[in-house]
Amino acid sequence: MATIKIPPVLRASVGGEREVEADGADVGTVLHALAAQHPATQSQLFGADGELNRYVNVYLNDEDVRVLGGLQTNVGEGDTLVILPAMAGGER
Amino acid sequence: MPTGAEVIREVKGRIDEVDPGTVHADLESGNGNAPVLIDVRESDEFEAGHIPGARHVPRGHLESRIEGAAPDRSQRVVLYCASGNRSALAADTLERLLGYEHVESMTGGITLWKDRGYDVEVPRRLTKEQRERYSRHILIPEVGLEGQQKLLDAKVLLLGAGALGSPTSLYLTAAGVGTIGIVDNDVVDLSNLQRQVIHTTDRIGESKVESAQLTMKALNPDVDVRTFDLRLDASNIMEVLQSEDWDVVVDGLDNFPTRYLLNDASVRLRIPVVSAAILGFDGQLSVFEPYVGPCYRCLFPTPPPAELAPSCGANGVLGVLPGTMGMLSATEAIKLIIGKGDTLTGRLLLYDALAATFTELKVRRDPDCPICSRAPDDITDEEMGVFPDYEAFCAAAG
Repeated sequence: MATIKIPPVLRASVGGEREVEADGADVGTVLHALAAQHPATQSQLFGADGELNRYVNVYLNDEDVRVLGGLQTNVGEGDTLVILPAMAGGER
Repeated sequence: MPTGAEVIREVKGRIDEVDPGTVHADLESGNGNAPVLIDVRESDEFEAGHIPGARHVPRGHLESRIEGAAPDRSQRVVLYCASGNRSALAADTLERLLGYEHVESMTGGITLWKDRGYDVEVPRRLTKEQRERYSRHILIPEVGLEGQQKLLDAKVLLLGAGALGSPTSLYLTAAGVGTIGIVDNDVVDLSNLQRQVIHTTDRIGESKVESAQLTMKALNPDVDVRTFDLRLDASNIMEVLQSEDWDVVVDGLDNFPTRYLLNDASVRLRIPVVSAAILGFDGQLSVFEPYVGPCYRCLFPTPPPAELAPSCGANGVLGVLPGTMGMLSATEAIKLIIGKGDTLTGRLLLYDALAATFTELKVRRDPDCPICSRAPDDITDEEMGVFPDYEAFCAAAG
């Protein structure tokens, strides 16, 4: 079971949770499990081609999964996935 | 009882001494023999001129401050004073009482050093008031007189006099950053005051940059405040960024298009950017040093679609959150200026105020980055800030 940290802009899609747990042996499977639990996240995370949207960064612990094996990156028990869309707010 | 002169002779007999010629050669060689050089004279003597690169630990504060200047007891330490007596006594203290393993006292002190024709650095003097105002900086070895002088010489441009810009400008002003530019075209609104602490209730309706300048000048008249009452866009960004020789830009901008524009312009001009963003209870912070680490486009190559980019309208934010993030920004700016510590270059710091957790993520340079994979001169005006139309971008957000 991996822990997924949900960014503020996606929390409404997961019932307000800040962290969600999901099962899977690799990053893609974990994120698809998240999308199965919370369907509103599907289009926010994945494009029509099934790849991660380019504006969403996903980190396995502290490393960008694109530097690792992308969606095929192995996820171990107790690993944390961080979903990170850009935030712009300086809030005037 | 022995006389003072006899004690000094006896001490000199048991410590190691080193000739200024050897010290000079070791400092110049860059071959790893360079010692930590410590000036043990009084402050007024140090300020009248010292050996370049020397750290200042007056003999009267030797025991309490030496670890800040030379934390590793096994490293080679050379002490000097005016003529070699005080440094001999200090070397004896370091060796016998504090366990320093490789201490030498320079014979003849700075007097002999000067006679040999070697360089002496004469620091510019701070006024008496500045010495007092910045005394708590001067006491930390990482800042010291040298760092304070760097701060006084530094020029920092703050983008936004709002929630993030308020704490950043207050603390950089207090720290004595010599020139602070501040860019904003907004006016102070009652709803700003829950977090924008540089403004005051009696300034509602006034220009934010003017209001910020009033507070900053009242806090520290040393600081030269330059105001830019404008909204940064493609037509003026190069002019603003080139209006001074800015050392650091601190980005507290409130929207994506300008963040991309700032990134492209700052890479082109090779100006490091401290970049913070906030939403609700969450903050992000990183440092983008062009060609040293990744740029904003390496981290976020594509802006999110409007529905995932709540930067267009009013959003809630816990008032203290921009305080926290703005002060972390000010800390990074100061470290960039004084050249100490490890900045957030190549790292993204996430702060979750509700959970009280910090998360650190690695940010890599993208070898295919459309901006920073190329030489600065190759980035054209037309390419800068390429981004979907902002009006359309926000309209789509509904």
